[in-house]
Amino acid sequence: MEEAHFDHHIDIPGTVLFDGDMAMKGYALNKMCFSFNKKENRDAYLADQEAYMEEYGLNEEQKQACRDKDILAMIAAGGNIYYLAKLAGIYKLNMQDIGAQQTGMSVEEFKEKLRKAGE
Amino acid sequence: MARIIGGVTTSHIPAIGNAIARGMEEEPYWKPFFEAYPPVREWLDKEKPDVAINIYNDHGLGFFLDQMPTFAIGAAHEYINEDEGWGIPTLPSFPGDAKLSWHIIEEMVADEFDITSCQELAVDHGFTVPMQLFWPGLRDNPNFPRAIPISANTVQHPIPTLKRALAFGRSLGKAIRSYPDDIKVVVLGTGGLSHQLDGQRAGHINKEFDQMCMDKIVHEPDELTKISRYDLVKEAGAQGTEFLMWMMMRGALGDDVSVLHRRYHIPISNTAAGTLLLQAA
Repeated sequence: MEEAHFDHHIDIPGTVLFDGDMAMKGYALNKMCFSFNKKENRDAYLADQEAYMEEYGLNEEQKQACRDKDILAMIAAGGNIYYLAKLAGIYKLNMQDIGAQQTGMSVEEFKEKLRKAGE
Repeated sequence: MARIIGGVTTSHIPAIGNAIARGMEEEPYWKPFFEAYPPVREWLDKEKPDVAINIYNDHGLGFFLDQMPTFAIGAAHEYINEDEGWGIPTLPSFPGDAKLSWHIIEEMVADEFDITSCQELAVDHGFTVPMQLFWPGLRDNPNFPRAIPISANTVQHPIPTLKRALAFGRSLGKAIRSYPDDIKVVVLGTGGLSHQLDGQRAGHINKEFDQMCMDKIVHEPDELTKISRYDLVKEAGAQGTEFLMWMMMRGALGDDVSVLHRRYHIPISNTAAGTLLLQAA
């Protein structure tokens, strides 16, 4: 009997579900971001970003997304938003800055969109 | 015997912790949110629970993707808050109740729930922000309870189903009520409501869905278990899955509850904030 193949992936537009496939793909990137809980690691990243990314074994796609501070590219490369938030924090970017960047809006426009959701 | 006096829900986003640290509670942006809390504090100050079971989801402080427990229960004498990387001040440690923790773990594993027990667990904003909202001053607050953190995985799919979350809560409630000491316990269900932080759909908020959840969770929580995880992500947003924590709380309270207070406010940062105070019979 042929073994059934189960595809756990689901498609919601504008949403990358962080599942096992993404968790494997993004492991190095997320592990690096997890290290940013500690200040000495945040400082080390700022002092020599390339060496720090190399140390954690990021692939080129992940490295370029980090160089560009491009959140959507980081997500596509397997980044999980909770860990990426720690990288964004190094650059003093909060969730509304990140939201604006991902949706192509200004921060003010993004905040207005959120406010309108309450009407 | 231990008695569960009720449950409280709240959003737990870090921006709240930041607003508290900076004393921004009276600012026009934050005032409508913080106004939800005095009635909850009055009730807690009157009831004086000995222990708060704080159901939250770790966001990358206590756990990493190397080992990701689906359900983890703190079993420590105290819980440390640590630097999360983006600037909210680190808080003093939180006293635990290890004896009650191990009782819960024993009873729930006997009840066939597979628990990860944690003798060390760094607690993040998901745990600390609700403690700050409900007991301002924390250790300086005369009514500050001992706390037991329970974390459910919403970081990485597969996450638990709403049905499992409610069943977990029911088993937790049974475990607490079988504890021989005469203590009062409050159960906190934290996180949510609808929000999405990542992707082109960042900023997704769904008022109608949230309000339906706040209605049904009171007397018809089983109805909500029909919502699939796919639909939960679609309707509530990628991080709106934190509603699981509300269902865990709800299960622990037993069937008969009454609503003492309810508030819903949009937005705080990227999030819809729901506050519900349920008294257990």
